[in-house]
Amino acid sequence: MEQLNAWFTDLLAGNAIFTANTLGFYWDGLVTTVQLVFLCLVLGIVLAVPLAIGRGSKRPWIKWPIYLYTYVFRGTPLLIQLYLVYYGVVFFDGIQDSIFWVVFKQAFYPALIAFTLNTAAYTTEIFHGAIKNTAKGEIEAARAYGMSKPLMMRRIILPSAFRRALPAYGNEVIFMLHASAVASVVTIMDLTGAASYVYARFYAPFAAFSFVAVIYLCLTFSIMFCFRKLEKRLLAHLRPRGA
Amino acid sequence: MINFQGYGPRLLEGALVTVELALLSLVVAVVLGLLTASAKLSPNRLIHGIGTLYTTLIRGVPDLVLMLLLFYGGQIGINMVTDQLYYAFDIDIFINVNAFLSGVITIGLIFGAYMGETFRGAFQAVDEGQMEAARAYGMNPLMAFRRVRFPQMMRHALPGIGNNWMVLLKTTALVSIIGLSDMVRVAAEATKATHEPFLFMIPVAAIYLLIATLSEWGFARLAKRYSTGFGESSEWNN
Repeated sequence: MEQLNAWFTDLLAGNAIFTANTLGFYWDGLVTTVQLVFLCLVLGIVLAVPLAIGRGSKRPWIKWPIYLYTYVFRGTPLLIQLYLVYYGVVFFDGIQDSIFWVVFKQAFYPALIAFTLNTAAYTTEIFHGAIKNTAKGEIEAARAYGMSKPLMMRRIILPSAFRRALPAYGNEVIFMLHASAVASVVTIMDLTGAASYVYARFYAPFAAFSFVAVIYLCLTFSIMFCFRKLEKRLLAHLRPRGA
Repeated sequence: MINFQGYGPRLLEGALVTVELALLSLVVAVVLGLLTASAKLSPNRLIHGIGTLYTTLIRGVPDLVLMLLLFYGGQIGINMVTDQLYYAFDIDIFINVNAFLSGVITIGLIFGAYMGETFRGAFQAVDEGQMEAARAYGMNPLMAFRRVRFPQMMRHALPGIGNNWMVLLKTTALVSIIGLSDMVRVAAEATKATHEPFLFMIPVAAIYLLIATLSEWGFARLAKRYSTGFGESSEWNN
């Protein structure tokens, strides 16, 4: 441990920017970014599954509002959605007097809401596409077994749709990681926020931003790797034999 | 109300900046994309490697970080070059990075990578026999590209170009962060001054939706045009 420490100090001794202090900033930023992205993805899936089922409904009063929601949230920049939630949250009557204000006066939760709504819209469309592409034979077989509609949805359609949605959803996860960089605009100290701080402090844009770019690159590659593994496992039955 | 508390004209100017920025960066992205696709299809391993490195790096890093890097880092880089020029050759020039131009270059550079992937796939989808036939007709390479390869490649590339354009349009909102007065920046300034986020942000969102809807319609028509002779434009599905 001490050797490691000495090596680390040696490594950092040569430059003025990447001290233990600024690396601490980057670390905190990394934690914030990962928390933000992870939470919004989980909440996004929870919202997206029922919405995707509703999006494929025959009833117009269920189908069209969901379509409108995904159309609006996919057609406008995330930055605007973030501004709307961040500046708009105070307009809910009495929120500043309620206990929720403790939560909402930080920028983290408005950003989480905006990101969740955004990713839920994209995820809804991905799942909807996957559900729509379910093979006719699978549904016929389920019906022949006498399954009720909810049972069929739970046991047949959703599991196979999730598998088919996996590659597109992997892209959405990476997209969300990259999109989360705008959180730094509303005073959140995420990775990009940390880099902006280091830039402003040392006036070293190249070092500050390329370092953070490398961190994002590593995160992106790790996510890609995980999804590749997952695809290999879950889509194993679709691969040609012996390949 | 209707003049947006005096911000109306500036919002309109901002909308114009957004549209100009998006269209100019689209041109840069398409040109870069074609170059990248040729690089990635090149038999030369060095050129192929450069193309792959470019698309991998750009697609692995957030747009905003690249924008900040190129905008702030670019100015310092240019200053360093001009300093060296001054010391070495006594040439005294000062180049100030223009926010609009750097926005166009950055967005073009980012989406050049995405376009490159789109074009590469599309070029590979064109049957080799088509080019052989063109050569048999005695067309020179330029004419064969213009009349045979390009139009057929476009049929496969259009859905991808359409998607990239939609993402590009939304990415232009990020230039407001590096100080360009597009409509998002005007709306953000107005919001901070008047504390009325809905009055400014919702119309701006509506303009984005309007542009997106119009371009969707335009791309559907283009898809029809480029799939002449292939029946229904089955490749175009949102």
